[in-house]
Amino acid sequence: MTPKKTMLRAAVCSQEQIADQIFSMWLQADSIAAEARPGQFVSVYSNDSGRLLPRPISICETDKEKGRIRLVYRIAGKGTAEFSGCQAGDCLDLLGPLGNGYPPDCCQAGRTAILIGGGIGIPPMVELAKQLEGKVIAVAGYRDELFLTDELAQHGKLYVAVEDNDLCQKLQTVSDGNYCGTAVHGNVLDCIRENHLNADVIFACGPTPMLRAIQTYAKENHIECWLSLEQRMACGIGACLACVCESAETDAHSQVKNKRICKEGPVFAAEEVVL
Amino acid sequence: MINTKVCIAGVELKNPVMTASGTFGSGMEYSEFVDLSRLGAVVTKGVANVPWPGNPTPRVAEIRGGMMNAIGLQNPGIETFCARDLPFLAQYDTAVIVNVCGHTAEEYVEVVERLSDEAAVDLLEINISCPNVRCGGIAFGQNPDSVESITREIKRHARQPVIMKLSPNVTDITELARAAETGGADALSMINTLTGMKIDVNRRTFALANHTGGVSGPAIHPIAVRMVYQTAQAVKLPIIGMGGITSAEDALEFILAGATAVAVGTANFRNPRATLDVIEGIEDYMCSQRVEDICSLIGAVK
Repeated sequence: MTPKKTMLRAAVCSQEQIADQIFSMWLQADSIAAEARPGQFVSVYSNDSGRLLPRPISICETDKEKGRIRLVYRIAGKGTAEFSGCQAGDCLDLLGPLGNGYPPDCCQAGRTAILIGGGIGIPPMVELAKQLEGKVIAVAGYRDELFLTDELAQHGKLYVAVEDNDLCQKLQTVSDGNYCGTAVHGNVLDCIRENHLNADVIFACGPTPMLRAIQTYAKENHIECWLSLEQRMACGIGACLACVCESAETDAHSQVKNKRICKEGPVFAAEEVVL
Repeated sequence: MINTKVCIAGVELKNPVMTASGTFGSGMEYSEFVDLSRLGAVVTKGVANVPWPGNPTPRVAEIRGGMMNAIGLQNPGIETFCARDLPFLAQYDTAVIVNVCGHTAEEYVEVVERLSDEAAVDLLEINISCPNVRCGGIAFGQNPDSVESITREIKRHARQPVIMKLSPNVTDITELARAAETGGADALSMINTLTGMKIDVNRRTFALANHTGGVSGPAIHPIAVRMVYQTAQAVKLPIIGMGGITSAEDALEFILAGATAVAVGTANFRNPRATLDVIEGIEDYMCSQRVEDICSLIGAVK
């Protein structure tokens, strides 16, 4: 059953900067919070009528009791810069929840999942970590600053990989107390290998080169794997065909080898897509 | 009581508001937000004789007051379209206009012939103006002789009335409009997107993988209104006006300039209910301005 989408004007409940260029915003969006599943996203519209296209932003957390959703996003241009200036009480138009999230049943109790987030691909892992029944191992890859480690550590074991050498050396002497062992200098797969992490299923979101490497890793190790993809979008609901990705087989909807990230995705089984 | 009905080539529309091809799929996705039966017509995304994969990504980019696209006419081909999309549209009380694309005259004709038995199809819109495909599309649309001959060829095979969709990427659009009229077109759609380019200065590359794309949205509205006005003076054919409509006011400008109907495109991306807002706004305008029949507004500004 596809969750029902709604368009609504959402009030910002709170906003804070959690790292350089990275912001966290809670919005009052009752009907979206009620329907949202981990891995889904919302279209966020600018209040400037000169900026027409929605910004697709993944849902980091939902608070179904209060009817709120949390978006954690990076300033990537003028639209997200505008959002970062919103304060409690300001409003933004939202459409969502959009896309298919991570399949809810593939990590039942007794199974182990590795949740891999790279950079601004980390936020959707928070709600997923919260909701999975099985054992959760989170692996987060950062460039030069940590964020969302409190949230990820609350729901499972967290391991971190850091690209920046200076930060890594600093973290190896003073941990923030949230992650296991020591920070690994390198990428998320270096971190998985160094810590000898094993799982029944992998869920990943992050930059394409990272996803490509994880796709190969999962195939070689025969691990079920789900990847969340990103692309420039216009309609966000599957009509305009802007945000396609290459698919391994001919897609039933398109009749060619591509799939709509906003509609069939953003989460795909690793073997479904060609990266 | 106000009358919002208009007529295009013998096909009656309950109101003059339709969707612009390529922005609305075949209506399925938008039917979650819009009762399609309230629309004057649904114009489908372009469909070819076989599935087309379209262009590489990124396929869209935002510009101030609009956007650019280079989707490249990705479509599932006529067979899937007839089996899946037409039965879906037939459930609704709205006119169905199928946009047809092709690389060659033969490919257009193949689609037009395949559609001739489909009772659900009210009108055909022939895309001879897509700026994002190398052969076909705009290659047919920039030369009056080829517009006339492709129009004549399609008319010979079409059972439904034929709308030719014109490109604004020409020196004088009225020449192309006259050529379509001479070739036997029943109506004109205008305008398709204007060819543009956007550079990503941070990455120092093209914003679109295709390098160029079609510009749409409010930024092009005055250009489109001007072209509709000029064309309405030059030909007798009914005109479907489009380009940057986001409000009833934008739509009414086209009608007053000479358009019989209008299409809402890019605005759907900002507001999935944009078509309905335009319809309601036109009704409000007619009530407050005491306009009984919308047809009295068509071309009222001379």
